[in-house]
Amino acid sequence: MTNWKEMPAWQHLQKYRPLLYELVVRDLKVKYRRSFLGYLWSLLNPLLMMAVMSFVFSYIFRYDIENYPLYLICGQTLWGFFNESTNMAMYSVLQNGSLIKKVYIPKFIFPMSRVFSSFVTMSFSLGAILIVMLVTRAPLHWQLLLFPLPLILLLLFAMGVSMVLSSLSVYFRDVTHLYSVVTLAWMYVTPVFYPVSALPDEVAWVLKLNPMYYYLDNFRQLVLYGSLPTAKSWCICLLCSGVALAVGLAVFRKLQRNFILYL
Amino acid sequence: MATPIVEVNHVTMRFNLAKEKTDTIKEYCLKLMRGQLHFDEFFALKNVSFSIQPGEAVALIGKNGSGKSTMLKVIAGVMYPSKGQVTVRGSIAPLIELGAGFDMDLTARENIYLNGAVMGMDRAFMNQHFDEIVEFSELQEFVDVPVKNYSSGMISRLGFAIATVVRADILVVDEILAVGDFKFQEKCKAKMRELLEGGTTLLFVSHNGDQVKELCSRAIWLNHGVVMEDGPADVVYDKYAAMMEQS
Repeated sequence: MTNWKEMPAWQHLQKYRPLLYELVVRDLKVKYRRSFLGYLWSLLNPLLMMAVMSFVFSYIFRYDIENYPLYLICGQTLWGFFNESTNMAMYSVLQNGSLIKKVYIPKFIFPMSRVFSSFVTMSFSLGAILIVMLVTRAPLHWQLLLFPLPLILLLLFAMGVSMVLSSLSVYFRDVTHLYSVVTLAWMYVTPVFYPVSALPDEVAWVLKLNPMYYYLDNFRQLVLYGSLPTAKSWCICLLCSGVALAVGLAVFRKLQRNFILYL
Repeated sequence: MATPIVEVNHVTMRFNLAKEKTDTIKEYCLKLMRGQLHFDEFFALKNVSFSIQPGEAVALIGKNGSGKSTMLKVIAGVMYPSKGQVTVRGSIAPLIELGAGFDMDLTARENIYLNGAVMGMDRAFMNQHFDEIVEFSELQEFVDVPVKNYSSGMISRLGFAIATVVRADILVVDEILAVGDFKFQEKCKAKMRELLEGGTTLLFVSHNGDQVKELCSRAIWLNHGVVMEDGPADVVYDKYAAMMEQS
């Protein structure tokens, strides 16, 4: 028999798949515990947010976008997922410190489970997008069926970012404070609620450096405009996800050895 | 002789005790630049070696701060030794601070599955043993109550029941018998004896001499991270007790 601590990562994942499942279930259960509407909130929340924001941006700041509610809720759902998953994952190792100190568990399971549970919540929110599409009588194109692709690529990207954040925050708690500012700035350079054309030309290049822009754009191409994103933008998404994941895993792997001394 | 189930080879565990805790990036950089990152080295374990055969019941004894818990953590795979290596051939059920993996907002029922999964068991397995756990922990009426409303005794009962149902090859027990009432302690001891007869290996940390002699055949005495004695439980414990009285 080999030493079980030195099993390769995929074998680990195999053995601890039940744990991953239980952690995701726990997150979902705890999130809506003691609320009357429960999981319905995952549907209601984006709808209500969209209602408020489309009111603000249709009457106060006007943008010339066709079917603004749909444009908005698409951006909001994807950005919301990225924001929630990375923020929750950032605290995952810190919060499970008591467990990590006592039982051997592959630690990457904690950020991973948080990202997955956010992803499940987001999947419920897709219902809200469908409702908006039906209410606004948006045309339903066949390209719509490809919607899981950008979502899965975004999932991988969020996973990579989460790995970095969750391991760094163990060593430096500052990361948690810093990241809230970073996400705010990041949100403003992502076309969540404004059209790309609203950016002055001098700053438009910022968008090109922002991975979130490509995920959002691909998703909207499919859902909103019924067109296929270009091969180039698919490649950029794939590249961003791949790089984020590789860097995330490498950083996490290197830092996890000494987690216990800092928890 | 069979292959040992636990092999500890020249394990040294060194901690850097930072004089002041450096928690922020700014502080860290400043100190790094000024060359002020001083650490006091502290050795929790110094060149410790021993091996344990399958089915043995071994007690780790020693006064507070002698490295017993660190040793258990290294064996459980929670900590990596600074030097040396530990080989474990089998699965481990750690009974270190019972109920450590519980989510206080979840009910006992939900926690049973969660805690089982922490030890690598899936739902099917936990379903099979669900009744056994509930019965052993005597929590029939409270299965659907959130664990945060439990008393500490109830939590340890549940934790013990889950950890022992998993039937790991090695049971690592860290002073958990100190909690719980007399009746529960007896029940736990009976359960541990039953597991020992079934071939489980036991690693036991306790300050209670009677428990050590009762459950274990062998004892390893650690003092300031060094193995002082390794031998039959009653002999080693008596030496340890004699030494403690002198000082």
